[in-house]
Amino acid sequence: MSQSVYEKIGGDVAVNAAVDLFYRKVLADDRINGFFDGTDMERQAAKQKAFLTMALGGPNNYTGEDMRKGHAHLVEKGLNDAHFDAVMEHLGATLKELGVPDDLIGEAAAIAESTRNDVLGK
Amino acid sequence: MTKIVYQGRSYERRDDETVLRCLLRNDVRAPYSCESGACQSCTMQATKGVIPSSAQEDLKETQKVLGYFKPCVCKPEGDLEVVALDDAHQQKQQLTVVEKSFLNDEILRLRLSCDESFKYHAGQFINLFKDDLIRSYSLASLPDSESMLELHIKRVPMGVVSNWLCDDVQVGDPLSVAGPLGECFYHETENEEGLLAVGTGSGLAPLWGIVRDALTHDCDKTIILCHGGVTPELLYYVDELRELEGAHDNFTYYPCVSTGDGSDLPDGFSLGFPNDVAFSKQPVLSKWQVFLCGHPDMVNNTKRKAFLMGAALKDIHADPFLAASRA
Repeated sequence: MSQSVYEKIGGDVAVNAAVDLFYRKVLADDRINGFFDGTDMERQAAKQKAFLTMALGGPNNYTGEDMRKGHAHLVEKGLNDAHFDAVMEHLGATLKELGVPDDLIGEAAAIAESTRNDVLGK
Repeated sequence: MTKIVYQGRSYERRDDETVLRCLLRNDVRAPYSCESGACQSCTMQATKGVIPSSAQEDLKETQKVLGYFKPCVCKPEGDLEVVALDDAHQQKQQLTVVEKSFLNDEILRLRLSCDESFKYHAGQFINLFKDDLIRSYSLASLPDSESMLELHIKRVPMGVVSNWLCDDVQVGDPLSVAGPLGECFYHETENEEGLLAVGTGSGLAPLWGIVRDALTHDCDKTIILCHGGVTPELLYYVDELRELEGAHDNFTYYPCVSTGDGSDLPDGFSLGFPNDVAFSKQPVLSKWQVFLCGHPDMVNNTKRKAFLMGAALKDIHADPFLAASRA
């Protein structure tokens, strides 16, 4: 079995470095930061970490059904493809900033992209 | 095979098993979700034994000091005694009121006797009981040099506990408390640039402890404290803080007043909310430790802004429910 991006870039330590960078980009983005109003920042950061770990092919137990349930209240508030695209943008930019090679960023983006329909409740 | 003691009961842990898996196999109902060390929903506190550092990866420095760890990724070398976070330190004890004085029209200073067996970090809080009611109050005292606990209690209109403390409780009375609790305290971190403390009203209490704690441990980093009130009369410890400022070149204190046009502002006071004043004095917060206490809206907004201005999430310390349940 080939190594996951998660293992190639250094596992948990690398993801920890990515979480603050990624979450800061998301919170600074007026297109999507309204969805985070009133949320607990620590819990949110832990969720962002779980998301990044999953996108990088690291250990996780999230199912499509979890993704669907976890975002249903946001879909009701209007979460759509444009918002998902914005998050994908920040994912790519974060990994680039950390010096992750383009082909690995592509792999991570593909995994994240595979959750689109579940996240958006389609 | 090693032992895990959880809530007083002992369980044999298989060598390849995590602490969480061991407990679940023994039908212990423990919360968990990701089982990969990411979500932190299973976090527990070790009271005895050695925690592998990998099981504390990415927890706050203050949490590590308290022995918090992630059981889902923890395979300890030896035996470990652990407790659920909800049950940690909930044992009540009686402390006697030794001093009672008002710091201004709405804030009472209460000092309670305590001996060396009461271990805490400056800035943590205690839960105080009046019959079935529980209120959380931050500790303003220093553990090493003051043999009493100091609380700052804001009189809340209609507040059952705060009015009871202000009006009925007398010197010599015993009070029932549990704690210490909370992660809002100073612990030196690698490469830190400075400390920013922002508080409103009686939210000064933990900050008064934290700032003095850092200074007495010879912290030579820049320390900024912004304390806010609606009017100058609602601020307190102004002279004490100015004295502290005079004695330490690296410490700056900004008393802030949020109402009026500034024309009748006393000398040395800033106009505005303490969080706005803080960000104008220190707009870059990368590698800074940030301490927040007071009104919940101020705390939450400031937390977010401090993070966007560069502070790492694990370096922002606040006990948000503390402000919400303060009475």
